[in-house]
Amino acid sequence: MRYEAPDTIKAAVGLLSKAKGTSRILAGGTDLLVQMRSGMIEPDLVVDIKSIPGMREIVAEKGGYRIGAAVSGAELEEHGKVGKMWPGVVEATNLIGSTQIQGRATMVGNLCNASPAADSVPAMIAAGATARVVGPKRTRDVPVEDIAKAPGKTSLAKGEFVASIFLPKAPARTGSAYLRFIPRTEMDIAVVGAGIALTVNAKGVITAAKVSLGAVAARALVVDACAKAIIGSSLDDEALDRLAAAASAAAKPISDKRGTVDFRIKVAGVLARRAAVIAYDRARG
Amino acid sequence: MPLDANTPDLRTEFKSVGTRPNRPDGVDKVTGRARFGADFALPGQLTGLILRSPHAHAKIKSIDTSAAEALPGVKAVITYKDIPEQEGCDKDVLVNIMARGTALYDGHAVAAVAAVDASVARKALKLIKVDYKVLKHVTDVDEAMKPDAPVLHPGRFDPVDFSTLENAAHVSGKEERKTATPAHSNIAGRYVFGHGDPDKGFKQADVIVEHEFKTEATHQGYIEPHACTASVSSDGMAELWVCTQGPFMVRDVCASLLGMDVSRLRVTPSEIGGGFGGKTTVFIEPVALALSRKAGKPVKVVMSRSEVFRATGPTSSASMWVKIGAKKDGTFVAADAVLKYQGGAFPGSPVEMGAMCAFACYDLKNVRIVGYDVVTNRPKQAAYRAPGAPMSAFAVEGVIGEIADKLGMDAIDIRLKNAAKEGTVSSYGPTFGPVGLVETLEAAKAHKNYKVKLGKNQGRGVASGFWFNFAGNTCVSINLNVDGTLALALGTVDIGGSRASMCLMAAEELGISYEDVRAVIADTSSLGYNDISEGSRVTFSSGLATIKAVRDLKVRMCGRAAKIWGIPEDAVKWENGAAHPAGSNAGNFPPLSIKEIAAQASATGGPLAGHYEINAEGAGPSFATHVCDVEVDPDTGAMKVLRYLVVQDAGKAIHPSYVEGQFQGGAVQGIGWVLNEEYFYGKDGTLQNAGFLDYRVPVCSDVPMIDTVIVEVPNPGHPYGVRGVGETSIVPPLACVANAVSSAIGVRARTLPMSPPRVLAALEGVAASKA
Repeated sequence: MRYEAPDTIKAAVGLLSKAKGTSRILAGGTDLLVQMRSGMIEPDLVVDIKSIPGMREIVAEKGGYRIGAAVSGAELEEHGKVGKMWPGVVEATNLIGSTQIQGRATMVGNLCNASPAADSVPAMIAAGATARVVGPKRTRDVPVEDIAKAPGKTSLAKGEFVASIFLPKAPARTGSAYLRFIPRTEMDIAVVGAGIALTVNAKGVITAAKVSLGAVAARALVVDACAKAIIGSSLDDEALDRLAAAASAAAKPISDKRGTVDFRIKVAGVLARRAAVIAYDRARG
Repeated sequence: MPLDANTPDLRTEFKSVGTRPNRPDGVDKVTGRARFGADFALPGQLTGLILRSPHAHAKIKSIDTSAAEALPGVKAVITYKDIPEQEGCDKDVLVNIMARGTALYDGHAVAAVAAVDASVARKALKLIKVDYKVLKHVTDVDEAMKPDAPVLHPGRFDPVDFSTLENAAHVSGKEERKTATPAHSNIAGRYVFGHGDPDKGFKQADVIVEHEFKTEATHQGYIEPHACTASVSSDGMAELWVCTQGPFMVRDVCASLLGMDVSRLRVTPSEIGGGFGGKTTVFIEPVALALSRKAGKPVKVVMSRSEVFRATGPTSSASMWVKIGAKKDGTFVAADAVLKYQGGAFPGSPVEMGAMCAFACYDLKNVRIVGYDVVTNRPKQAAYRAPGAPMSAFAVEGVIGEIADKLGMDAIDIRLKNAAKEGTVSSYGPTFGPVGLVETLEAAKAHKNYKVKLGKNQGRGVASGFWFNFAGNTCVSINLNVDGTLALALGTVDIGGSRASMCLMAAEELGISYEDVRAVIADTSSLGYNDISEGSRVTFSSGLATIKAVRDLKVRMCGRAAKIWGIPEDAVKWENGAAHPAGSNAGNFPPLSIKEIAAQASATGGPLAGHYEINAEGAGPSFATHVCDVEVDPDTGAMKVLRYLVVQDAGKAIHPSYVEGQFQGGAVQGIGWVLNEEYFYGKDGTLQNAGFLDYRVPVCSDVPMIDTVIVEVPNPGHPYGVRGVGETSIVPPLACVANAVSSAIGVRARTLPMSPPRVLAALEGVAASKA
């Protein structure tokens, strides 16, 4: 196994483009090292991107924030301002692993591991986040929902990697939230996850919303029917019932060691409803 | 010296015993200095790895190791052929450590390599070619008992004709009552306990409750994986450093499997990062020795967590039926049970102990328990804290909870009404001596937790539990050092703070300070044989032997004082850490302290030591009563344990903090068993959750601080009244939590774990039946 720690994006892309066999990016390593240790993968090349300038920085951009690929969950939380604008995203990221893991784990790693249960992903999708993909041919900005294709598979081409996440400026009176269900209280993988962001007008009527569900399909879902169910409402009980029903209807889960189909369908609705209530309260301040 | 005159058999006044000093092994453990199984290293040592079956059940047609052997850096490759069967060895253990012709479970060892490093060893494993013919498998206990089930050991166990046996309907289903008697079966054993006539008893009942229950297999979940380093020299002398609960067992079993004289193998136990019964047998130890023997170099084998789950010894899964009848006033008139436990691929599930414990808490005139030991394509089960008892208590205490509800009786009152006491003929035979169940029930009822008012979706559960406690072979030495301090050599691995407890008992007996005694766990060549640290036997047995060894030393020290004073030995007595003339007739001499006697030891006859060896008996049983409050989220089935109380009889708590630690640890493991822990098998019979991510032991935030109350009803079998406390605490939680859930949301959980999907499905079932 070859380990490289280049100090430019160009050098990293060069290494990845030319690599033969299996190559992997190392940022926090909280998925990579576990997969290597358990024998799931034996990479021929590991490219550590932490030495590349900008990878560990959060910078303000166009009223929003650009978050480097190696920014850890703990750093994201300590930043403060990101969490104030997009509490759902920061809360979701901070749910990953334990306190120790938070010192290493990154949002981009969570995204590119392409697990349907990734906590930060539905929250980022709901916030309208984009991923900046660098590669041998060009740099492109891709909606977060288009990165993962299936469990463990991404849309990234050979030589490409995600260098940062951009969270756009939240419109006035916007609230966000993410909830997940796990059988214990921490250090677990979501059985169902629900991320939501919504904007209300001065009267408390929802004018815009985006809802994303995790762990109920091969990748995080964007559920337009959930958004439709609450846009134009003041999140009354009927709107919440419609939202829950739409979330359950959209869920196409499997039964496995973590949960059953019936359970995931029901709980998708429960969590969408509960997350919406939190986001709505936050939007109204 | 008339020792027993001034040291009565049951002591009630204590100076050291009952205090809470820091444990002698504490600093090394919290600073990382303590040496655990994987911390031993020898010059030139190789890395050993084991190839394991990916199939639940498969014929091994051939194993080709030639490519692995040819890989540079590989020093030895072994299969079963390198461990030929020795006369008199335990064949099941032999087959379990290395498959012989058939892989019997996912993870069953098939071959092993020793190489210069882990990377070479991993490559070598991949080069071993095993030709398997996959066979039909069975992992469920009820399925394994069916006449058409795949048979694990053809020709070994005779078929069972249930039609002639009690409670046939609860064994194999009505349509199979008349078993089509297949050629062989997976039923390895049948056990029956009880007395009176249950069928007659049920006729007197005003209320009868009967149900079927299922529990899934759970793992002890010790944090430290199995690890050992073996070194076999060219002259056949061998050493083994290993993490185990029983170094003498490891020595004797390995010697027997490998055809060695016991004297040639010296086993040194490491500190132990948890065992809970799972480290009471061998897995990697004989393999490491065989690799070392073949390679001619030391070999270290450390299991991964996945190997620990797939190939060590979880406990049994169980399928049970329990029926209890009661009068309107709550008096039980009859009890009946059928227990079926699968113990993995070999005989030896703890169903016999499960059957003995099932109704042990109650004074029953008519009781019957039938237990079946069944083999399946799962790893060979090992002991797990009160082996067999938590499952049967789950069923029995659940039925009792339902009877109390039906009669409108308080959950503690109905247990008080039927509680076993001194003189009760137990359901498994013996008559109880002084026991503390009633005291635990009364203390639980008086505790503040029992009076807390509950809110919406909250409920309270109660359950009691019993464990026999073991005693057994024990051998202790205590050596007086030149400065009057003491070195205490124990042969029982310290799995729960026992070194501290032994030092307290030695200090108490001598009338000296706790700090003046240092306890060590000796290797197998330094002491006589000691049974494994299991069955909650250590504080009782090694404590008893320590006290008696100290008394032996005191006799010798009094003898030296007599010599110095020139008076008869029986005119000297030991008091407050010094030898005194026994009375004014003996002479008027100033006392000789232990330090003074130690200083003059050489001049008065040589070193001073005390010994004691015994196959101990008289371990008094320990009863417990648990109370727990839970809250259930009715929309998701998620459960939160709000409060948890353990009340248990310790006889005499030598070190109360470590007694409380045992109470809390057992309760938390039991809570894990109820809520989420399970062996989850795929359709192909392979384990799907061989890691702590998806095998969910509770994390700290999952449980409240466990409240404890120590009840002390002295055990007359121990000089200080000690009872073992390590195991009873895991017996009540399964039923206790289930009873609490029932009281919270009206759902009776009879299948474990009560994972959120199961609870939610049950809640929806209740809602549907009301609609």
